Amino acid sequence: MYITKDVVLNAAFLSRIKLDEKETEEMQKQMSEIVEFMDILNQVDTDDNESLMHTSEITNVMREDETSPSYEREDILKNAPCRNEEYFVVPKTVE
Amino acid sequence: MKWETVIGLEVHIELATKTKIFCSCSAAFGGAPNTQCCPVCTGMPGSLPVFNKKVLEYAVRTGLALNCDITRYCRFDRKNYFYPDLPRAYQISQLYLPFAENGFVDIKTRSGKKSRIRIHEIHMEDDAGKLVHSVEGEFTYLDYNRCGIPLLEIVSEPDFRETDEVTAYLTKLKSVFEYLGVSDCRMEEGSMRADVNLSVRPEGSSKLGTRTEMKNINSFRAIERAIAYETKRQTEVLENGGKIIQETRRWDDVKGQSFAMRSKENAQDYRYFPEPDIPPLYITEDEINHYREVCPEFADEKAERFVEQMNLTEEDAEIITASKKLADLFEGTVKLCRTPSEVRFWFMSQLLYLMNENNIHADKVTLTPEKFAEFIGFINSGIITRQTGREVFEQIFFGDENFDIAAYIKGNNLEQVEDSGLIEATVQEILTANPKAVMQYKNGETKISGFFVGQVMKKLKGKADPSLVNKAVAEALDKA
Amino acid sequence: MNILNMTALETGAAIKNGKISSPEVVRQVLDAAETGNGKTNAYITLCREKALKRAEEVQKKIKSGELLSPLAGVPFSVKDNICTRGVKTTCASRMLENFEPVYNATVIDELEKAGAVIIGKLNMDEFAMGSTSETSYFGTVRNPWNNDRVAGGSSGGAAAAVSGKMALATLGTDTGGSVRQPAAYCGVTGFKPSYGTVSRFGLIAYASSFDQIGPIAHDAADCAAIMNIISGKDKKDGTSLDINYPDFLSSLTGDVKGVRIGIPAECYSNPELDTEVAEKTMAAVSVLQKSGACVEEFSLPFFDYAVPAYYIIASAEASSNLSRYDGVKYGFRSDDSGSLSNMYCDSRSMGFGSEVKRRIILGTFVLSSGYYDAYYQKALKVKSVIMKKTAEIFSKYDLVMCPVSPATAPETGKSLVNPLKMYISDIYTVWANLAGLPAISLPCGFDSAGMPLGVQIIGPALSDVKVLDAAHAYQKHTDFHKKYAGVK
Repeated sequence: MYITKDVVLNAAFLSRIKLDEKETEEMQKQMSEIVEFMDILNQVDTDDNESLMHTSEITNVMREDETSPSYEREDILKNAPCRNEEYFVVPKTVE
Repeated sequence: MKWETVIGLEVHIELATKTKIFCSCSAAFGGAPNTQCCPVCTGMPGSLPVFNKKVLEYAVRTGLALNCDITRYCRFDRKNYFYPDLPRAYQISQLYLPFAENGFVDIKTRSGKKSRIRIHEIHMEDDAGKLVHSVEGEFTYLDYNRCGIPLLEIVSEPDFRETDEVTAYLTKLKSVFEYLGVSDCRMEEGSMRADVNLSVRPEGSSKLGTRTEMKNINSFRAIERAIAYETKRQTEVLENGGKIIQETRRWDDVKGQSFAMRSKENAQDYRYFPEPDIPPLYITEDEINHYREVCPEFADEKAERFVEQMNLTEEDAEIITASKKLADLFEGTVKLCRTPSEVRFWFMSQLLYLMNENNIHADKVTLTPEKFAEFIGFINSGIITRQTGREVFEQIFFGDENFDIAAYIKGNNLEQVEDSGLIEATVQEILTANPKAVMQYKNGETKISGFFVGQVMKKLKGKADPSLVNKAVAEALDKA
Repeated sequence: MNILNMTALETGAAIKNGKISSPEVVRQVLDAAETGNGKTNAYITLCREKALKRAEEVQKKIKSGELLSPLAGVPFSVKDNICTRGVKTTCASRMLENFEPVYNATVIDELEKAGAVIIGKLNMDEFAMGSTSETSYFGTVRNPWNNDRVAGGSSGGAAAAVSGKMALATLGTDTGGSVRQPAAYCGVTGFKPSYGTVSRFGLIAYASSFDQIGPIAHDAADCAAIMNIISGKDKKDGTSLDINYPDFLSSLTGDVKGVRIGIPAECYSNPELDTEVAEKTMAAVSVLQKSGACVEEFSLPFFDYAVPAYYIIASAEASSNLSRYDGVKYGFRSDDSGSLSNMYCDSRSMGFGSEVKRRIILGTFVLSSGYYDAYYQKALKVKSVIMKKTAEIFSKYDLVMCPVSPATAPETGKSLVNPLKMYISDIYTVWANLAGLPAISLPCGFDSAGMPLGVQIIGPALSDVKVLDAAHAYQKHTDFHKKYAGVK
């Protein structure tokens, strides 16, 4: 499938990645090649096959509802680029 | 033209598990910011979710209570979007294979109209964190304590036509969760909230209109107001020849208006795909049968039984069973003292009165069936009268389980007076003091006898046996 | 005693016998690593102080008999996408340049319990995305055999460190061949265990349904000894398997008599396959055949479909796994972006390199509305077909042998020009990831340019011991694994 510029820009927007004009062009070219290569899968007859997600066959992996101590707040906030004593801080979310 | 409103609800409830859905952090409400967190619920690199067994139990029991088919094979999916309250940038939810489908809830509105609301599906998912906005409005602060609290999302079909039905439905759901013991349903703590999908169409039309969605409304009143507002707004748009745009709108309860969100926020593409970190869940027939067996008796069934077994009116039974806590208190008390009508009397007149007057929620009531029954025993045996009983009831309502009723009655000298000599003497005293009233009685105003009974009771501090007083007053007046 | 020519097990035995102390071993390896790193760039972080201190403690516990593992006291180096508490874990990305986890990956806890000494964090392709270790924010890893060649990827640092005598034992990660291919390019042994046998907790996710931690070391026996430490059910990883784990090391017999080995015809008819690689890998097959294995050619019908299916699923999962890097909780944040949405975009656009961005955007595309069924869903169905065919193949054969990569290590700077070509070069390795199979890469000779090359042995899921044992048998009869580059 040929990938249009709009498709690239939409995927980039959904990914929260900015592409400049040159990057967009390059991405469009590379993605078109890659996606065209992926189109070979259309040759595989998969009509009778369920889509398989998990690589092993295990099911029902669950833990008991028992609390264990949480981390210190300081550890939780340790790597935050912007924080105060208690919270992570971001630019305001509402206009 | 007359318009009909069509509403569908997505109700989110927080499950009352001890721990979060995918990690062992406490799920308790109200901790200091970012103190109930770990690498898993804050989405740190390399962390992995492990599913809480209790969530599945609560989910299946809820699904059965809402008459759903339980999916034998279910699975989690990732819902991808960027927002600061979602540290992994995806919510772990269920889109492709939810655990429950095709249920229904029967409701009755305040005006008595009965209807059946169909449940499309129920899925499990994790809650997001809390945003706190700075006063100056420049920053937003993030608290991840609520991240990973288990949620059920109950998606109804668009079966509501009026606000009363919505209210009845939410009340019913709340009662079901309480009876199941799976959620606290405290709307003020955000443990129950709803997304409202609403459209209008010309009455009689069978085609659905274009709908809007208002997200995360968290009180009954706000939901009612939002429905009223949005119905009016859509009707006006259509009547003026406009078109409704399918969009998500934000309900502002302070302004009492809904607002369109910016179009970019509407252009969501969540790119759901199966969650690779959590193996799928098989729910066996045996498990389902087990949960069916341990399914509790719900409010409706209980009310019906109370009417039958305890001779209550339907109305009283509905009031008593509205809360499981109170229904259990009622039934437990009756079991111990075997006089449902006396228990009903104290329940309806005093218990509800005191709760209401002091703004005490059912789950904060500490009165036990044992204490309640002990109290009824004092009434039934004539040791205290209903009148002095009010004072004693107030004491046991606020007191603890060690409160000594007998000692209190004795200490405050509240035993019923059955001394007919004393009663007769008191009656005479009152008659002598009120010659005018005696004349009125003699002139045919027989109703005034109540005044004498009241005066005698007052004089005897409410402790006299009312039947003896009635008798003595009647006799004395006849003789006078 | 110079331990740089010894295996991890030999070193462990020497420490146990008191011939050398753990601190001395650690010092030797650290010295070699510091010297060699200038040319190879195999390490991102070396923790000399911490490691030496730890080695002293471990030494005491070995003496007191508290630590009994055959690898107690042995220095380990781990790929920089495995979380180490208090030690930077960068994923070779600007995004995590200063990220210091407050938790250990489960494999790190297990290594430490066994008395291993972590000495450093190894360079790699950014977020494990790449086949050459050239996408690292910290610069290209160079092949110790020839510094103008790449070390392979994404665990290039691990393979280069072992080959360059800068590490005794390492942990890499393998999502589409990232342990096996660099091992082949550098002439060392790399093992990718069955999916679910080694905990992924603390492994920074690229593609969750394929990622597996695996050892890169001097030989199959070392890999087996490391598997004894790192494998097992972990309650922190829901996909980790609750099975009876064998003693990998003591299960090695070196006997392949009667083992049925299948040779996939398509692997050898591939026009991209270098003739020298074809010859040497077939020669490796005949070594096992001479030792009693039964060898037979068969057809691998899905050969052409594995790479596209793999890249669709892997990039889809990557696009979601890497969404958490948004400049809020950790990692790079653009400071002067103003609004929240600009902050997101700027942080991600500046924090990620171009290969990572390419895979994120590609993965977003295959999951996006209108393309999900045609690409993502289709790839899952193809995966299902591959799983079924795989089961059929392994009902006839105990093991499959094929090349690891179509050619030996390319020169640096050549591969990233054409990403699709680079993806296609994963053709021999992605099958094991798609189907969750154990697979090992063994050195089996050199091409005419003197570059090492590897042969791959693949087994059915959970046949890890069988795969390691066949590798062990091969290494009993050959000495390619004893040839280390050192640092040139």
